Amino acid sequence: MKILVCISNVPDTTSKINFIDENRAFDTQGVTFVINPNDEFGLTRAIWLQQKEGATVTVATVGDASCEAILRKCLAIGADNAVRIDTEAKDGYYVAAQLAAHAEKEAYDLVITGRESIDYNGGMVGGLLATFLKMPYLANCISLEKEGETVHLQREIDGGKEILKGVLPLVIGAQKGLVEEKDLIIPNMRGIMQARQKPLTVVAPVESNPSSSTDTFQKPPAKGPVKLVDANNIDQLIDLLQNEANAL
Amino acid sequence: MSVLVYIETQEGEIKKSSLEVASYGRAIANANKSALIAVCFGLQDTSLLGQYGVDKVYVIPTPEDAYFNADRHSSTLVQVATSESVDLLIVSGSANGRYLGPLAAAKFEATYFSNVIGLPLSYTPLMVKRSCFTNKAFNHCISNKDKVVISLSSNSYGVHENTSEITSTTSDYLASVSTLEVTSVEKSTDKVSIADADIVVSGGRGLKGPENWHLIEDLATVLGAATACSKPVSDMGWRPHSEHVGQTGKPVASNLYIAIGVSGAIQHLAGINSSKVKVVINTDPEAPFFKAADYGIIGDAFEVVPELTSKLKALKES
Repeated sequence: MKILVCISNVPDTTSKINFIDENRAFDTQGVTFVINPNDEFGLTRAIWLQQKEGATVTVATVGDASCEAILRKCLAIGADNAVRIDTEAKDGYYVAAQLAAHAEKEAYDLVITGRESIDYNGGMVGGLLATFLKMPYLANCISLEKEGETVHLQREIDGGKEILKGVLPLVIGAQKGLVEEKDLIIPNMRGIMQARQKPLTVVAPVESNPSSSTDTFQKPPAKGPVKLVDANNIDQLIDLLQNEANAL
Repeated sequence: MSVLVYIETQEGEIKKSSLEVASYGRAIANANKSALIAVCFGLQDTSLLGQYGVDKVYVIPTPEDAYFNADRHSSTLVQVATSESVDLLIVSGSANGRYLGPLAAAKFEATYFSNVIGLPLSYTPLMVKRSCFTNKAFNHCISNKDKVVISLSSNSYGVHENTSEITSTTSDYLASVSTLEVTSVEKSTDKVSIADADIVVSGGRGLKGPENWHLIEDLATVLGAATACSKPVSDMGWRPHSEHVGQTGKPVASNLYIAIGVSGAIQHLAGINSSKVKVVINTDPEAPFFKAADYGIIGDAFEVVPELTSKLKALKES
């Protein structure tokens, strides 16, 4: 069983978001980059399949050499090898096209993307990639269990969950629930040492055009101060919510 | 610019988020002097869509007990879009809308924009405003293609009536090529879902333990609200992770968000930022949530919340 986990290099969840070049680019100054959390849930699930089923786990990202730190972390977590497609991640469509070109050659049984990256929140790479690869896609995947040839899956829906079954090959959009936060693997020293020896291949991008471009970024307008209500005056809060905020 | 909207139903009723999509589609159709076409699956009575500006609706016949099928639905949508020479396909920001959107975009060879807020800023080329960095920022995005699929951020445009003379027609429900098969759907009891709720009541570590969650649930019941929680609460197993809102949990875009005993970590605030009115109740005046909220009470949840609940109950009953 061959698994591909697609990894996005994103600012740490606590990052302050600022823009430079007249709001045309994200300011990476002082920002720590991490494995996109949704991708990390997916990677952890893949490592479990590696341990249980002897699957091989490849991680891939689209980006410049600065992305190699998180790929090494993926290797330290337990991935067998890493691929970096050496080009700027121009938009979700472009990233999906690059990943598809790689995946087509490798005949993966399971392709895992995060449900979305926490920076651009495009939420499209999994669905586009699956369609390019002519493989079925399950978004918001919160459970994946393999039983012989059958794969049992669950998708989070609004107000509940959907229970599905299918077969490989398959593309899923991973999120919390597929594994829990406490299940995430913190690399140990042995893993970190081994990661240095594992293959990290840099490949050239294929010809593709992004489907969109960002003109400018904006930050939300500054919010006014909170209106404090005395704890002994609940009636005032109700009045404000009813008559000022029209929220009740 | 010809516009097509995807209409979702729940238990035979059109979802509010789909009426929002229809209202939004109508405004775009008006700006471009074009018709608004809708596609729905297995809906009997489509007259309501006429009230929200749909000119022509395709009712796709589906088997009685058919589950949502992202592959079949997206292929069918694209088939109608192609036959009607549609340029812009609009889906809601629901779980199913966001699932189907990229699949439809790939099949339609269109650009896909998620989390779109407000009407397009321009039509040639199409430029939209969307939220990114989990609501910590927005970007203006330009499509390089003529055809576009938009997923409209829920509760960002609103539902607006606009009566049209509606005609109804039909089209084939295309076969699925996917090997995935839904076997059942489990609804979490009869509670309102976070995605569909006008009001969300959320609890954090300040509630001290899962045994105190009746405070949250009682208030939610009185308000007809959905219940939610912070990340530590779901990580500790006090509440199911389907209730976790924030950057790695669910986004919330309700009209009113009431946070009780939630300190307001940056990841939590990002996830709830698109809610319109935010209320915080917390003992700690230094809690970051006070900087993000519209209204706040510095006080003990165990005293404030029962009083708030009983007063709101009396108000609703009067």
